[in-house]
Order: sequence, then C-alpha cells, then structure tokens
Amino acid sequence: MAYLVLDQLTKRFGNWTAVDNVSLTVEKGELISLLGPSGCGKTTTLQMIAGFLDADGGRVMLDGQDLLAKKPNERGLGIVFQSYALFPHMTAAENVAFGLEMRRIARADRDRMVADALKLVGLEQYGDRHPRRMSGGQQQRVALARALVIKPSLLLLDEPLSNLDAKMREEMQIELRRIQRTVGTTMILVTHDQSEAMALSDRVVVMNKGRIQQVATPQEAYDHPANAFVANFLGRTNLLPGMVGGGSAGTVITVADSVWPVSQPMAAGPGALAVRPEKIGFVDAGGLSGTVLARVFQGTQWLFEIETAAGRLMVIRQHDGSPLPAERERVMVGWRPDDMAVMPADPDTASGAREAA
Amino acid sequence: MSMAASTESQVQANAPATAPPPRRPRRWPWTPYLLSAPGLALFAVLLLVPLVMTFLLSLNSFSFYGGIENVWQIGNYADIVADSYFHEVFLRTFRIAAVVTILCALFGAPEAYILRRMKSPWRGLCLLIVLGPLLISVVSRTLGWALLFGSTGLVNQGLMGLGLIATPIEFMYTETGVIIALTHVLVPFMVLSVWASLQRLDPQVENAALSLGAGPLTVMRRVVLPQIVPGILSGSIIVFALAASAFATPAIIGGRRLKVAATLAYDEFLNTLNWPLGATVAVLLLIANVVIIVGCNRLVERRYKQVFE
Repeated sequence: MAYLVLDQLTKRFGNWTAVDNVSLTVEKGELISLLGPSGCGKTTTLQMIAGFLDADGGRVMLDGQDLLAKKPNERGLGIVFQSYALFPHMTAAENVAFGLEMRRIARADRDRMVADALKLVGLEQYGDRHPRRMSGGQQQRVALARALVIKPSLLLLDEPLSNLDAKMREEMQIELRRIQRTVGTTMILVTHDQSEAMALSDRVVVMNKGRIQQVATPQEAYDHPANAFVANFLGRTNLLPGMVGGGSAGTVITVADSVWPVSQPMAAGPGALAVRPEKIGFVDAGGLSGTVLARVFQGTQWLFEIETAAGRLMVIRQHDGSPLPAERERVMVGWRPDDMAVMPADPDTASGAREAA
Repeated sequence: MSMAASTESQVQANAPATAPPPRRPRRWPWTPYLLSAPGLALFAVLLLVPLVMTFLLSLNSFSFYGGIENVWQIGNYADIVADSYFHEVFLRTFRIAAVVTILCALFGAPEAYILRRMKSPWRGLCLLIVLGPLLISVVSRTLGWALLFGSTGLVNQGLMGLGLIATPIEFMYTETGVIIALTHVLVPFMVLSVWASLQRLDPQVENAALSLGAGPLTVMRRVVLPQIVPGILSGSIIVFALAASAFATPAIIGGRRLKVAATLAYDEFLNTLNWPLGATVAVLLLIANVVIIVGCNRLVERRYKQVFE
C-alpha cells in the first residue's frame, strides 16, 4: 500500500479552481517533485497537505491515517519554507530545538539530537549564531535541520532553493540529495525550476492549471512527455503539427512531407509530434525537408534553426568535427521514432504550453 | 651626468606608483552642518530655548507681594522635594501613566495583531475606526467621556440597567475615569507602533512553529510576542510620555480635585501666578519622564537584545 495518497484533492478560491481533482500516490522514502509554472496549484497542494489551507474536497491519507482530520500542529510534518521562516530571535540551535521542546523531549536527548541535526547539514560550528548573522545558504540548512530533527513522517519543501544564487543552489541540490539518501525521509518538493526537479527527484509531477499533466521519472517525462505542455515545460522541444492516420504498416503521423510510425494506438485526426532538438539529425532521405535559416556556434555544440513546411525547427548537433550544413542550404532532418512523442492536438494544453514558455 | 639622468627617469617612472591617488574634487567640510542647519535652528528655537528659559525660571524665587524675583537659587526644588503634597501629585501622575501604558499594551498589541490578520476591506475599515480618535480634538473627545461618565451618564445607567451594579460608580474626578479616558486617547499610538513591527514579521514563521507542533498559544508566546516587543516598547514610550504629560484629559475628567503634574504646573502658572514653582514642576516632570523611559528602554533592550540587533 502506498505511503501517501492524495485522493481527488480540490481547492477553490471563489470561482477559480486552484487545485482540481489531484490524485497521487507516493511511496515511502521517495523524493517527488511538484513541478509547474506559478499558479499551477503546486504550492496550494502543499499547503493543504501541511494544513495551512483547508481542502474543498478529496482526501489525504498518510500511512493509513486521514491527514485532513488533524490540525496542522498535530500532523508531525517537517516543512521547509521558501523564506526559511526561521525564528529570528532564537539561535540556530534554539531554532532546531524548538520542535523537540514542543515534543517535551528531555534536555540531554534534545541537545544531542540538535547537535546531530546541525552536523547533518554541516553547521556544527554555528549553533549559537542568530539567523540574521548567517548567509542564505546557512539559513537554508538551519531550516532543513529544524524540519528534519523532529523525524517527520513527511518532509515538505516549498521552493527551498529559489532564494539562493546559482552556485549555492547547485551545492544545495547535491546536499539535499545526500541528506535524503542518509535519512531516507519521504519528501515532496515544490518547484518551478525543471532542472532542479529533474536533478533531485525520483519522480516528477508536472502540473498546470490545477491539474496533473504527467507523473513519471524525470527521464521518462523528458523523453516521452504525455502532452505538449509537459514537452514544452521540461526543456526545449520542437512541437510539429501533423495528421494521424492508418497506413499499411499500422498507425502513422504525417508531418508535412514526412511520415512517422506511431507505436501507441491513436485515433485518426489532427495530432502533434514532439522531438527534442538534440535528437534530430541530418539525413539523406526519408525525413522532413527544409532550409537552414541560421547556425550558431555554442562551444560544445551547434544550434541550427531550420525552416520546414511544418514550421521552424531547432536542432542541436555536437561539435565533433563531422560535416554540417551551411546557412541557406537545403537539408533533410530526421530522428529515430523512439525519440519522438506523438500526442493529440489538444488546444487547451497547447495554449498552456505557450503561456509557460 | 648620464647616471643622474637615468636615476631621474627612474624616479619619474616610479612616481605614479608611489604618489597619492588622483585627488577627488574636495568636499566642503561644512556641507552636512549647512544641510541640517534649518532643522537644527527649528529645534533650537522651538525646543531648546524654551526649555532653557523654563529651567532658568525654575531657579527664580517668588513671593506674594514681590512677585518673581530674579535670584538664582534651588529653593523651589527643595520645596517640592520636602512637601508630601507634591509627592502625591507626582506619584499619581506616574501611576496613571504606568497603568495607561499597560492597558494600552494589553489592548493595543492584540488589536494590531487581529487587524493584521483581517481580510482586505475590513482591515482598512477597522484601522480607520482604531485611528479615528486621533482625528478628533482631545478636548471634545474628553468632554464626550465626561458625558458618558456622569452618575446619570450612559455607562452608569447601562451597568445599572444590566443589574451589574447597584449604585453609580464614581468615574468623574477619579483616577479610574482619567485612566479610561487616557487609554482611549492613546491606544492608537500603541496600535500603530505594534502594527509597524508586525509588518516586518514573516507570515510563514507562525506556520513554521505550527508545523513543529506548537499550539496557537505557544506560537503567540514563543514566536510572535518576542518579535513584536520592539513595537510594544516604542509604543509604550510614546504612550507613557504622552500620558505623564497629558493635560486636557486630567483637567476635564480629574478636575481641580485630582491633580496631576501637568495640571499642577498649569495652576501654579495661571492661578497662583507662582511661575517659578510651575516651571520647577515642569522641569521635574521632564527629568522624571526621561529617566523612567530611558531606564525601561535599557532594561527591555538588554532582555531582548537579539530582536533589536
């Protein structure tokens, strides 16, 4: 049985539905990311799990217990806030000790646990410092230690790295992953940064407009996006309009002058084909023909923009000495059918994707 | 000769490295003083000069037949220190001020906190109601209280109607009445001051404490209160200073019977015409006010050092 179950969780603000029938199961020890643009409902979902917002419908079950029936201070969850929300009038050690004090843990045990938690985040020297006199990264670590020291059944992280600079963020990503491996706590991470979600999570939950778009491992979601929104939100992609139809060799999708086999069963009609820029190569025959509009050298790779009858394509080729076409050259591009994803042309998700881009 | 020339060229070559950096356009050293001169002048003319003159006046002597005599002595101070009547007045003044300050903190701090948690249209409306008293003249506000407080006033009639009391409570010409009226007048200052410190409070901090297992009361006591102490303290300083030197409210509600330092000084100036004694009362009130406020400030700042950093 799954550890955490969200069952048709719904939240409305007035006549706007922030979270719309979100259902999700999380296994024990898993690190799962809620990923999406701002306003997609990911933070609202987190707040409902934490108990800071009341759900308008649905259930949240944690380890077989109904979480929504409990008050926020009885749920026993660890939470790391975007602003860290440290107590400014307490030292780092006092901040970490707060949750243990609330649990009436004896002084000696408390001191030992606080020291262990500070050591886990690499701050053993900073126990008697006040948050004001610590850097953003250090405050972040205190917040993490404070949330972990109470041995929470679930750790919620709300955009925990968004206030750090790029270098520090990378460091903390590695740190967070290491800590997650060490303590094995089930974690839910809310983020709008797709690279952060992909770097940290066992699975990502891509959300848009209050609905889940796809739940998959980062690699799966990247390689086989469920729809145009996911394809666009996770890294750069080429989205080409086409027509799905039955052929002699099974289902195919026709994009301009090229035809590609479709592996999954699909109804005939308008569709879309998504393929990553780095998966596209130049071929001699059997591909989509076009003209090189521009080519840009980027050090390790070349970036091509290709005009085709199905629209403009972005192509990335490694800079490995192989011959590459020049600007204004007529070319033909192709890719392995495994590297593309075919989806129905859904006007709703397509517009959502454009908003996110 | 050639050696001399080469040494010279060497010196020239070294010169830029050792010479002081290119001089910035010189700043006129008087600029800061000049810029703050208008403020300083205003401060001097309107505050410093009257204060010094009041102090000098307090050193003069007074007799019923001779009037004010231009001698320098400390007889007035000695009189006040020796006379238990003055002790009583000063004690009453600071007792009223202290009680009013505590009441303002007790009402004002929760009021500000509740106001902050209100939703948008109500918050503005309630803030306006809280600050409303500041828009009305102290005198008319206090006269309003006088109407309510009388033995046949609304408050007593209401309480008797409810059966809570059998005989009217004495509000007029009592400390209770003065304290109630002053608290009403001064509570907006506390609300504003606490409001300002609440603005700096991270709203997520309360949620963080909740998530760590703290009940709502513990969150208040351990997390919110320590962070708004600076606001309560600065509000208390304002309220205490205004309450200790309040004139209109004690004059109307307290009347001639219940004197405080400010009404005492007023009487000495305008009724007894003993200006030096009135000036002495004023100077002592100022000194006592400053000593009490600075002392309390120090005490609380030391206790909550981290919050004030």
